[in-house]
Amino acid sequence: MNLVGEKGVQRIFQIIAFSSIAALALIALFILAEGLPFILHYGPGQFLLSSDWQPQQGRFGIFPMMVASLWVTLGAMLIGAPLGVAGAVFLTEFCPRPVMRAVKPTIELLAGIPSVVYGFIGVMVLAPLIRAQWGGPGLSVLAGAIILGIMILPTVMSISIDALLAVPQSYREGSLALGATVWQTTRMVTLVAARSGIAASIILAMGRAVGETMAVIMVAGNAVKIPLSPLDSVRTMTANIALEMSYATGIHRQALFATGVVLFLMIMVLNTIASRVMRRAGR
Amino acid sequence: MRIPPRYTHRAAIAVLGAATLLTVAVLVFIIVFVLNKGLPVLSLSFLFTNPQDMGRAGGILPTLVGTLALPLLAIVIATPLGVGTAVFLTEYTQESATTMAIRFGTDCLAGIPSIIFGLFGYIFFVTTLRMGWSILSGGLTLAFMILPTIIRTSEEAIRAVPASYREVSFSLGATRWQTVRKVVLPNALPGIVTGVMLGIGRSIGETAAVIFTAGASLRMPHSIFDSVRTMSVHFYILAREGISSQNAYGTAAALIISVLAVNLAAYWLMNRYLARRS
Repeated sequence: MNLVGEKGVQRIFQIIAFSSIAALALIALFILAEGLPFILHYGPGQFLLSSDWQPQQGRFGIFPMMVASLWVTLGAMLIGAPLGVAGAVFLTEFCPRPVMRAVKPTIELLAGIPSVVYGFIGVMVLAPLIRAQWGGPGLSVLAGAIILGIMILPTVMSISIDALLAVPQSYREGSLALGATVWQTTRMVTLVAARSGIAASIILAMGRAVGETMAVIMVAGNAVKIPLSPLDSVRTMTANIALEMSYATGIHRQALFATGVVLFLMIMVLNTIASRVMRRAGR
Repeated sequence: MRIPPRYTHRAAIAVLGAATLLTVAVLVFIIVFVLNKGLPVLSLSFLFTNPQDMGRAGGILPTLVGTLALPLLAIVIATPLGVGTAVFLTEYTQESATTMAIRFGTDCLAGIPSIIFGLFGYIFFVTTLRMGWSILSGGLTLAFMILPTIIRTSEEAIRAVPASYREVSFSLGATRWQTVRKVVLPNALPGIVTGVMLGIGRSIGETAAVIFTAGASLRMPHSIFDSVRTMSVHFYILAREGISSQNAYGTAAALIISVLAVNLAAYWLMNRYLARRS
């Protein structure tokens, strides 16, 4: 590297360091350039609030998909967040540290299971179970919510554990010395001190749930309609993009990119909130 | 009414313990279920023969090649960028608005769902840059996707190198770049490799971003400009279109084993590294 000299090396690193921002900007630019003109041309109100999705007739309303994404994500949070936080609390506060140190990597390892595999389990095991138990098609909001809830467990658990471990031991000792039980200490001291980190874990997991595609396509049924019960088949925004992208052309393809724009903006909002909350937790 | 604290304490243990057990049990069940059904199908001949009849019969050789090629290309591109960013953040600058912006950008990139990467890769690499559905388009898209993972783990690894190492190097008259190259990077290497392996693991399991950029051709690719199908895409197509549940299980088992093996190796490396540090 004598060719470029110290200053040159520094300049090179400076340029490389902007690669992630450049990547983000490129992604935002190309998705917006492809989707935004469509939204403006078709009318944002019509696009977002109409329930009429007939690509062949040139009618593109994604309201049912937005509602579907909302319900599936909320369901997933209802299942995944309490279980994940409970697991994190149990492992950090009630288990000996070696147990925690063994279980945490195992859970993080399981976060690597590909989403198609989760979807497949949903189809083979969960959907028949729901069909037999409560009727309906089986592939439904409920199945999607349960599978997504399981998928976000490692995220919630792992980040919550980090947040709980960051609470100074002296806080716990102070509470225990006053005669509180471990549970009282957890509820009134540790959880309160770690609440920002735990909130961040839940928001990040929500981002993952909203954006998840392959597993949802496989288990949620993909019918374009506003669900009236948890047993109804639905199509989320992500599923809509992935299902029709393979054959869409022209204005139809632009409509799918426009769906991507809505998704992208939602994720950016969630990420910004999470990073704000995280930073507050760091203080 | 007041329940005595020792009862609430016991109830909490029972409830929280049950939740933890349930979580671990579900995740373990998924792996056991797939391996149980898939391992009997999995054999050397399944891995190394060409598929016939859309995957109804035969093996998964071309998808194995795809699963090797895409992550490999992705890390070849993302590693220099990721490690370079980490070096800049740790060695060449102080905390400032710039580093905050870089960190925020990295966090945002990490949170973007894979379907958005797929859309972007399709419109940018496949269409605008005219690369078509190819290993190149897929690899580049995956590189964008795993960049944040590599930046974060490399930064942590580089920060873990004690300041005294750098001071000794500087005191011997070494320049900053010499210190980075000869002292910091070699000592941070295991941590950096861990990040790269996690990136590989994520690339192997990825479906949504790959299917729109690398395509789904079942033919054996001859160059990086050919379309290819990865194991995860193959598994998705087999399972979703009901082509062959037996071969789907076999592919799923191969997929899970490779992802877990890569991730396990990454954690093992990280633990050994941390143990040596402390």
